[in-house]
Amino acid sequence: MTEELVVNIGPSHPSTHGVCRMVTTLDGEIVRHVEVVIGHLHRGIEKMAENRTYLQVVPLTDRLDYVGSMYANWAYCRAVERLAGIRVPERAEYLRVIVCELQRIASHMMSVGPAGADVGATTAFMYTFAQREQVVDLFEQLCGARLTYNYVRPGGVSMDVPEGWVDNVRAFCRSHPSAMAEVDRFLFGNVIARQRMKGIGVLAPEDAVAWGASGPVARGSGVSWDLRRDDSYSVYPRLDFDIPLGSNGDCYDRARVRLWEAIESCRIIEQALDQIEPGPVMAEAVPRLITPRPGEAYDHIEGARGSLGVYLVSDGTPRPYRMKVRSPAFCNLALVPMLAEGHTLSDLVVILGSLDPVFGEVDR
Amino acid sequence: MALIDDLGKALDSSPGGSVILTSVDAIMDWSRGKSLWTMPMGTACCAMELIAASFSKFDFDRHGTIPRADPRHTDVMVVAGTITYKMAPAVQRLYDQMPDPKWVIAMGNCAVSGGIFYYDTYSVVRGVDEFLPVDVYIAGCPPRPEALQDAIFQLRKKVDSESVAPGRVRDVEYVLPLPGDPRAGDRIQALRDGGGRK
Ligand code: SF4
Repeated sequence: MTEELVVNIGPSHPSTHGVCRMVTTLDGEIVRHVEVVIGHLHRGIEKMAENRTYLQVVPLTDRLDYVGSMYANWAYCRAVERLAGIRVPERAEYLRVIVCELQRIASHMMSVGPAGADVGATTAFMYTFAQREQVVDLFEQLCGARLTYNYVRPGGVSMDVPEGWVDNVRAFCRSHPSAMAEVDRFLFGNVIARQRMKGIGVLAPEDAVAWGASGPVARGSGVSWDLRRDDSYSVYPRLDFDIPLGSNGDCYDRARVRLWEAIESCRIIEQALDQIEPGPVMAEAVPRLITPRPGEAYDHIEGARGSLGVYLVSDGTPRPYRMKVRSPAFCNLALVPMLAEGHTLSDLVVILGSLDPVFGEVDR
Repeated sequence: MALIDDLGKALDSSPGGSVILTSVDAIMDWSRGKSLWTMPMGTACCAMELIAASFSKFDFDRHGTIPRADPRHTDVMVVAGTITYKMAPAVQRLYDQMPDPKWVIAMGNCAVSGGIFYYDTYSVVRGVDEFLPVDVYIAGCPPRPEALQDAIFQLRKKVDSESVAPGRVRDVEYVLPLPGDPRAGDRIQALRDGGGRK
């Protein structure tokens, strides 16, 4: 036992994946205790929503999880539709599934790449970011925005696909799996990366359930829980897909599960493109000023980080009385002190990266 | 800096000194403007476009702009994203750690004015210029990576007009076409078409 040293990491540190501050107590190089300080990006989105009409809140949800904006759009719109009793046309449901699976690819690329960068393999980041850039281009063709889409609206989606978009998506889905196989080979097959990630930050399945972890963090530990299958919503029951599971629950498994999910997403998109039929993309007679009856609604979807839920309370006015976001990134981030204890300082960075927090969503 | 300032002042006031001063300025500004290393102060969504700017397809490095995480290595702070009252002291402190001369780019509406978070919220600083001197503002929510590159060019113009003598402004004429300056591009096109020289 040497003298204990307190090291402050962040809030502006390249390895904290955002504005997170970690007060770390070290014994030599071994982490004894981590205290995660959040709130550096608290923008009061939930409070702001109370002063906006239901439609005006949609752009705010874009800014929650800015790596996967479509999810928050969708989760919020589902809650509004449940509250106001709006039926969504089938084509819109398919489009939502397609854009959200594309978003899952884009979001996981922002996690697999940095997982490599955290252990010193920056090449993988270059490859995955190039893939992400292709998805972002597709979104730009679809709705004109690269990052904050505002595409999913209560009652459907804002516009139909442009000409030639479906072909572009198909071309992307054909090329993506082979690109992923290459990343798999030179990142997860690399001896150094394996040694840096294997056996680091092991999360037992019981702990994953007890701490409310979800998404790839839980599935990396072998917890077979995916809302797309277990609480199936939208048109997911008609689609056939596998859910990749890890076995050890370490950083390696969590990162690899994301890589395989990105490949599975291509399968889902291709099936959805085969099944989609022409039709309207917006429910009829959705008023500009949605005024639901007093009540409450909760709905959740499987986001890229786990189950993302939105809870809405209406008091009969055109503005929500309360909006609450169940943020998967926040629940997953709570695991850091437990996982990092006993590992070295350099592993702390890898562990934090493997949980893939996005601070817009953690702090809201 | 003080020594350079005094020297610059002395040269500026002595007869014939401005000839030396002009050459010194030209060398200083050339070397400063061509390698503006950035301190990526990315906090929120705009940080994603800040990252995208230095990856393939946009590739910032070709302009001599390299992101460095250490404020002591950098010349420009790019504030990309929402700055909350909790974050502002950290940003201020990082800015204070950067060596002179230093510049600030406010990227995105949040850094410019608070953007979408201007109304109804209690935790967001309404624009980073409330506590930092901003040189270039980029509008957009988020701005495209190209806009950030354009901001670097605009900043380069500003750097080129600075002098080591305090209070002196250099007049620089641009020969190379800059993006966003269509007429200069036309001139090049005219040259290519053979209209420029006979
Ligand atoms: S300007 Fe828009 S995209 Fe940029 S940080 Fe603010 S809300 Fe996000």
